[in-house]
Amino acid sequence: MMGGRLERSALSGVLVREIVNFSSFWKSSAFSSTVQPTIYLLAFGFGFGSIVSRIGGYDYVDFVATGTVATGVLFASVFPAMFGTFVKYQFQRTYDAILAAPVDTEELVTAEALWIAARAGAFGSVPLLVGIVFGLDPSWGMLTVPLVGFLAGFGWGACGIMIAGLVKSIDGFSYVSSAILTPLFLVAGTFFPLDQLPQWAQVLGNFNPLFHCVQLVRHASFGWEGWADVGHLAVLVGFALVMWRAAIVFLERRLID
Amino acid sequence: MSQGLAIRLRGVVKRYGAITAVGGFDLDVPEGTCVGLLGPNGAGKTTTMKMLTAQAIADEGEITVLGHVLPEDSKAARAECGVVPQLDNLDVTLTAEQNLLVFAHLYRIGRHERRAAIDWALDLANLTERRATRVDKLSGGMRRRLLIARALVHRPRLLLLDEPTVGLDPQVRQELWALIDGLRSEGTSILMSTHYIEEAQRLADTVTIMSHGREVATGPPAALVAEHAGAQAVEVYGPPARLSEVEAAARASGARTRRTGTSISVLGDGHGLEGERRPANLEDVFVLLTGEEIA
Repeated sequence: MMGGRLERSALSGVLVREIVNFSSFWKSSAFSSTVQPTIYLLAFGFGFGSIVSRIGGYDYVDFVATGTVATGVLFASVFPAMFGTFVKYQFQRTYDAILAAPVDTEELVTAEALWIAARAGAFGSVPLLVGIVFGLDPSWGMLTVPLVGFLAGFGWGACGIMIAGLVKSIDGFSYVSSAILTPLFLVAGTFFPLDQLPQWAQVLGNFNPLFHCVQLVRHASFGWEGWADVGHLAVLVGFALVMWRAAIVFLERRLID
Repeated sequence: MSQGLAIRLRGVVKRYGAITAVGGFDLDVPEGTCVGLLGPNGAGKTTTMKMLTAQAIADEGEITVLGHVLPEDSKAARAECGVVPQLDNLDVTLTAEQNLLVFAHLYRIGRHERRAAIDWALDLANLTERRATRVDKLSGGMRRRLLIARALVHRPRLLLLDEPTVGLDPQVRQELWALIDGLRSEGTSILMSTHYIEEAQRLADTVTIMSHGREVATGPPAALVAEHAGAQAVEVYGPPARLSEVEAAARASGARTRRTGTSISVLGDGHGLEGERRPANLEDVFVLLTGEEIA
């Protein structure tokens, strides 16, 4: 039922299930969530970096290392959320068992999104560490990057849960990832700055939550920019809230007849 | 009003688009008894089970589970219920013990009681020695027992079993029957859906026969048989032409008959027919009342 109370014991029950399961597959999950963005970082950082030395006022390697954090957060949140949710309700029927216990859909979705957010915050920060190895200067502000990753990961995780609630079959994910997620991932200021794009693309880029995540990570690493960052943060908070409620609505439609 | 009833359904209707899965269903499960919900596939048994945990919401009617009115108070009801689903949904990469640990948390067993509850459930399901085995390495029978143990780890007052032995070999089925019978004798209320006549006859104190989403008859298995099918039946075997002949003759003399595959069953003392005498059973009742074969 909608709008119920989020009970701590229900949330922790779902989280315990994820944590116990994670202990049996954390290696593959950590591997795929960190190696993929690291490859992007190395390929773009050193591939493009040999042609372009500075971009948008940053060394290109610094620019890409921080941009790749957002990519890492996206990979560690929206994809596991889409596939994990679909598998858990359609194939493993895990959610039937959980909802037969004293857990409501709202609590189930919230706990799953929190867990994905925690993973995204941790895995997403790996490119920064890799960047530091390759010459990125560490800064105190970087300590807030896992929190930014957590917030963006909550939004993207909830977005993935919502998509899983909407698709008719697992094939539906290929449309979503090629038509929606790939452009969002590229037009976010990760590998090239948005201000070199045509006006309309810049405007659209501002609607991309990933862009705001990239900006926050970059500013956390190289210096905050005051109200602009408050704006970026507000967009991420808004995105997380909207996706969270939408995920509950669409998954409940799937799970409760 | 629902004093002494673990489950009370009145006039429950559930539609899926144009299809009415459950159409005005009444059911009582008195506390401490085992009620069997008997019907063929598609009779509405699983939909009824889902409504009891608010995983399906009734369009009409009243549902009360352990004194809680559904769907509003379903969470409180679910906390006191154990559910054994028809489809195995254990976490297969986890061990037997880890599966129980997760559900000990989901069912809010306190930190200090958790270990004891898991040990008790493992012992009940005779899986103590397999506690550290991954589920995908357990046999089908062991997985079923673990599924039941998982539903019982928090000592529920009411157990909901949806086709608990479907797809299992006869020996494993009997093992589970012993387990379920043990629970009933300890006072757990049980609602069990099944399409196995023998299962209902052996385990249920009361059977409700369900067909096309409605209750057709309710009573203790023996009473239902006595009331609707009488004491005995004669089964006549023969080629199809002979069976049709027997059928026509028996009907002409007012006896009730039903086809049982290669034979024809004539209810009653046989009306002088040559055949195999056997006690009437619940299957006779079911077919006579609904006109359908059950399995």
